[in-house]
Amino acid sequence: MKKQLLIIMLLALLPFELFAATAEERGFEIAQEADRRDSGWKDSIANIIMTLRNKQGAESVRENRSRALEMIGDGDKSIIVFDSPADVKGTAFLSHTHVKKSDDQWLFLPALKRIKRISSSNKSGPFMGSEFSYEDISSQELEKYRYKYLNDEIVEGRDAFVIERFPEYEKSGYSKQVVWVDKEMYQPLKIMFYDRKDTLLKTLMYHDYELYEGKFWRSLRMEMENHQTGKSTTLAWQGYKFGNGFDERDFDKNALKRMR
Amino acid sequence: MMILSNAAYAEWSGNVSARVEIFKNEPINDDQKRGYASLSMTPKYSMIWDDNRQLFGLEVFARVNQHVPNSADIRELSWIYTASEWEFRAGIRKVFWGVTESQHLVDIINQTDFTESFDGEEKLGQPMLNLAIIRDWGTVDLFVLPWFRERRFPHTDARLGFPLPIASQARFESKQAEKHIDYAARWSHYVGDWDIGLSHFYGTSREPKLVASAASGKLDPVYDLIHQTGLDIQATLENWLWKLEAIRRDGEDEDYFAATAGFEYSFFDVKGSGADIGIVTEYLYDERGREAPTPFQNDTMLGIRVALNDEQSTDALVGAIVDNDGNGTVLSLEANRRIGQNFKLTINGYLFTHTEPDDPIHNYANEDYVKIDLGYYF
Repeated sequence: MKKQLLIIMLLALLPFELFAATAEERGFEIAQEADRRDSGWKDSIANIIMTLRNKQGAESVRENRSRALEMIGDGDKSIIVFDSPADVKGTAFLSHTHVKKSDDQWLFLPALKRIKRISSSNKSGPFMGSEFSYEDISSQELEKYRYKYLNDEIVEGRDAFVIERFPEYEKSGYSKQVVWVDKEMYQPLKIMFYDRKDTLLKTLMYHDYELYEGKFWRSLRMEMENHQTGKSTTLAWQGYKFGNGFDERDFDKNALKRMR
Repeated sequence: MMILSNAAYAEWSGNVSARVEIFKNEPINDDQKRGYASLSMTPKYSMIWDDNRQLFGLEVFARVNQHVPNSADIRELSWIYTASEWEFRAGIRKVFWGVTESQHLVDIINQTDFTESFDGEEKLGQPMLNLAIIRDWGTVDLFVLPWFRERRFPHTDARLGFPLPIASQARFESKQAEKHIDYAARWSHYVGDWDIGLSHFYGTSREPKLVASAASGKLDPVYDLIHQTGLDIQATLENWLWKLEAIRRDGEDEDYFAATAGFEYSFFDVKGSGADIGIVTEYLYDERGREAPTPFQNDTMLGIRVALNDEQSTDALVGAIVDNDGNGTVLSLEANRRIGQNFKLTINGYLFTHTEPDDPIHNYANEDYVKIDLGYYF
């Protein structure tokens, strides 16, 4: 009893910053654990069906195929091939993400057979006219954010850590994101995005998690809602397949030209 | 629509498009019109098999015209075999080299089809054997081009032509004429923010000299044998794209240097609207000056590109090419917008606001026009 009282008194003497640092450390630890559990997937392919909905509820659909390669010690590599709308069919987007420096991105335009290196400074702009921005679809590397643990909450009936993360890279469209991380899967259940003026911009909900290779959880349906425009986008993932034996050659400019 | 297991894939796609071209001024020649209509078809077939190692591609193009002869071309009929350190590509293909927007000096493999478009962006399929050697230090592409394609010029009944008709019979420096085998090689690589390409071509020039023949009263296309070395560099630095294309061409009676250099600066997601605005500026130079058959000997291109990044992928590029020698100015507009899921509307317009009599572009002084394409894509 006496001992406990002494500890409480000693704790009260500690500077406030230490508790704040603890929340940040805790936030980082959760993100680090999520990153650790999701490493070793090597490569994956999937079909993505994107449904865009405007304020009035009118829908338009675009279909893509994606392939991704996990890189150790650097950001991941990916190619997204557009299948529809038909006028952009065969257009392919190659991305080499990096942890510290800016990403390398190329676009293949099939009508001209031309590869264009494009600026990766476009972080906050919409990807294919959707409510997902380029930074939302980019590889989520641990070092891209500063973290802060907030509290525990139940979301969609599941126990979750609530953490804030603050983009450390330039030109982000966000001041912060609040992420609900599932305590069992260590995967996001919900993300709320705040714009540069710190106003709520978008909410992303992750549904239909499936376990692959006995280890990697993937959400097969993501719902992004823009609170400021009333528009929304659904990303439905089909045919996830891991262990395709890809290497870096499958993610170079020659490979990009071969995409169909 | 698609058969897919990512291992094997086969699919038809393409488009059918209706085109209308309207000219502001009455034609000078009686056989020419104020308006032209046409219908084009571009079916494509691609097949991937053997665990993504082999590809087959077919693309056929045909246009049926109201006032001028119909045209067709095999744009692609090719087979690709892929290995880890090389790729072999054989058949009829299209290859693009370069980085700049206003003109494509380095791009030399394919012949230009001027019946399709005045800006020279439309190309004819080129028969080739191409071996790409892919290493850590870059890609080396080796080309053997066994058959030459002649340039297509507008018919005398079409607008945007030449003051004299073009003779149908071409003349060649090589005795083998179009059977002369051309060769090309290119090294390309990227290091960080830099993409670079260095190329060499030896063979029949894609660009003929047009020589007036007193006997026929026509312009004879004369194709020389040339050596052309090309360099293209792009530095992608944050919102800036810095671009350079330079060539050195050595032919029978002309050795010259030409270059295009400039930048593109983009404002992304302007005021959170999602739209991008880009400013494009390029300088176009040709050592031959006014002797050059190109109008772009000492010119400046200024352009503004707007991409709304909306559901309909609306974009537009408004440009001006101003001649620094004299006051020649060409204004251009290109705009695209998807309609529904399967249609796309494209509008191109050119205004030759001022031309100088000694500039080759003076031929087009009377040819201000707008071209509207409505395509159905499948």
